Amino acid sequence: MVALEYRPGERLAGDRRHLGRGLALWLILLLAVMSLISLGSGASGVSAPAVLMNWFSGQEIAATDRVVMFDIRLPRLLTGILVGAALAVSGAIMQGLFRNPLADPGLLGVSAGASLGAISAIVLGGWLPVAMLAVVGWYLVPLAAFSGSWIAMLVLYGIATRRGRTSVVTMLLAGIAMAAMISALSGLIIYAADDTQLRDLTFWGMGSLAGSSWTKLAAAGPVMLLALIAAPGLAHGLNGLALGEAAAAHVGIRVQRVKTGAVLVTAAATGAAVAISGGIGFVGIIVPHLLRMVAGPDHRWLLVNSALLSASMLLIADMISRSIVAPAELPIGIITAVIGGPFFMWVLLSNRSVVDR
Amino acid sequence: MSLIADQVTVRLGRVEVLHAVQMAAQPGQFTAIIGPNGSGKTTLLRALTGELSPAAGRVTLNGADIATLPPPELATRRAVLAQQTVLSFPFTATEIVRIGLTAHPGPEAARDGLIRDALAAVDLPGHAGRLYQEMSGGEQQRVQLARALAQVWRPRAADGPRWLLLDEPVSSLDIAHQLTVMRLAADYARRGGGVIAVMHDLNLTAMFAHRVLLMQGGRVLGEGTPAEVMTDALLSRAYGCQLTVSQTPAEGIWLLPQLARA
Repeated sequence: MVALEYRPGERLAGDRRHLGRGLALWLILLLAVMSLISLGSGASGVSAPAVLMNWFSGQEIAATDRVVMFDIRLPRLLTGILVGAALAVSGAIMQGLFRNPLADPGLLGVSAGASLGAISAIVLGGWLPVAMLAVVGWYLVPLAAFSGSWIAMLVLYGIATRRGRTSVVTMLLAGIAMAAMISALSGLIIYAADDTQLRDLTFWGMGSLAGSSWTKLAAAGPVMLLALIAAPGLAHGLNGLALGEAAAAHVGIRVQRVKTGAVLVTAAATGAAVAISGGIGFVGIIVPHLLRMVAGPDHRWLLVNSALLSASMLLIADMISRSIVAPAELPIGIITAVIGGPFFMWVLLSNRSVVDR
Repeated sequence: MSLIADQVTVRLGRVEVLHAVQMAAQPGQFTAIIGPNGSGKTTLLRALTGELSPAAGRVTLNGADIATLPPPELATRRAVLAQQTVLSFPFTATEIVRIGLTAHPGPEAARDGLIRDALAAVDLPGHAGRLYQEMSGGEQQRVQLARALAQVWRPRAADGPRWLLLDEPVSSLDIAHQLTVMRLAADYARRGGGVIAVMHDLNLTAMFAHRVLLMQGGRVLGEGTPAEVMTDALLSRAYGCQLTVSQTPAEGIWLLPQLARA
């Protein structure tokens, strides 16, 4: 056997963990900067540094500034960060699970289920007993979307799991069939909608952070946060799955546990994100792909960095959506789709060998 | 302290592929599984790795039923090399070998040395930084072997021998690297580990194997030393064509790995 001179501490060729680590630091910085800029931009001319400066030095802040900063912009900022992180982490996990760089949470029926939930709430919500409406209030749409995503995911997971083993291929194919059925049902309900409801539906489908508030954040935030905290626990498992399911088990990974974990984390993160912000597309595909090109596909850094970069990107997209037709707002889903569509096409065309397998 | 298949019957779908197969591999030996296509070689290996659960019978590794061992524990006792591994993402050779160390109990620093040694052992010391997708099939196979080797680097430990289970480890390699890999496996056995390999090359099997299991139609046709199993009669019956061992043709070019010098 060849004995090679090895000095401890020297970095191995092909070890890209330092890139992931370094990138994480830069991305934290980027997120901090974007957060400040985002807090400082908006319809009113309140400046974030000035307000923060006053706040830290204990000076009085004008009441309107306080409202704009802490009741409008801050919850929107935090919602943007959490939604961005949740979507990209879900995307990265699904790509790892399905072993395909173009996979997304839509494959679990989560998105279709969420839409059906939201559509039902918007169109049929008026028929609910008044007492019940009073309890759920405007939580109705997010709640219905969240429930819809979970029901769809659980049904799909149940279909694809036989004798304690989940078949990823079955999940993929059954997911397509189920998405079609759910869409048909959604279409049926939309057929019964009136003009105002149609407008609400369209806007919900395009996604927006405009309705952000502390109360909504308090409902959806913890779910997303929990999923984001759990996600790094899947990193080793997803790395192993890159070798295939059998090989992952051979190197010591509890494959079924990883699959179940991946499905639960994704359903929680995506379900909550879609419930609070509607359909914001493509983030989950673009961000992990970019990061893999820079620092490699090791999920131990990919998941963390996806969360960080995607949060920043969503803040940027949100700023564009607020400023491009100011004082009105463009739904943020349009911005991410305009940037994401061509990007998706580029990934597809430059990865034919991977995709065509 | 051996790897035993005890009356193992395996069904794939509704078809019974293995019929009550009995085998025992010992540590310190290279055990080859040979037989024609579709004879159940790979299925038997998959049952030995724990990937397929037998419909009847059981597989024991160092005395423990593998069905009861959780994957992380099993991973410290045996490593597996598949026929071919397609990767979904662009990992480097170093990163792939590191995935093999998922269940490794040692500190992170010890792994770097292990990765380096494993890549050197498969004659790819300069490929550590190369992307898997950009390597040839033979190089990919050797990176995967390095991954398996690193996983059970020490052939013996206090709690028993380690096992290498290889599915056609040399099928995509040139003759020089076939010999490298076979010597590596034989050396692993010599140092006290157990090696079980599915083999198609009968010459290399005769050269390196201590024990040979000849399979046909999901049954064991013969088991013993190469000299006992690799006979004209048994091989001809198993492979369905007339075979003659240790005879040289009068004309034409032929080449045997037995005569290769390192």
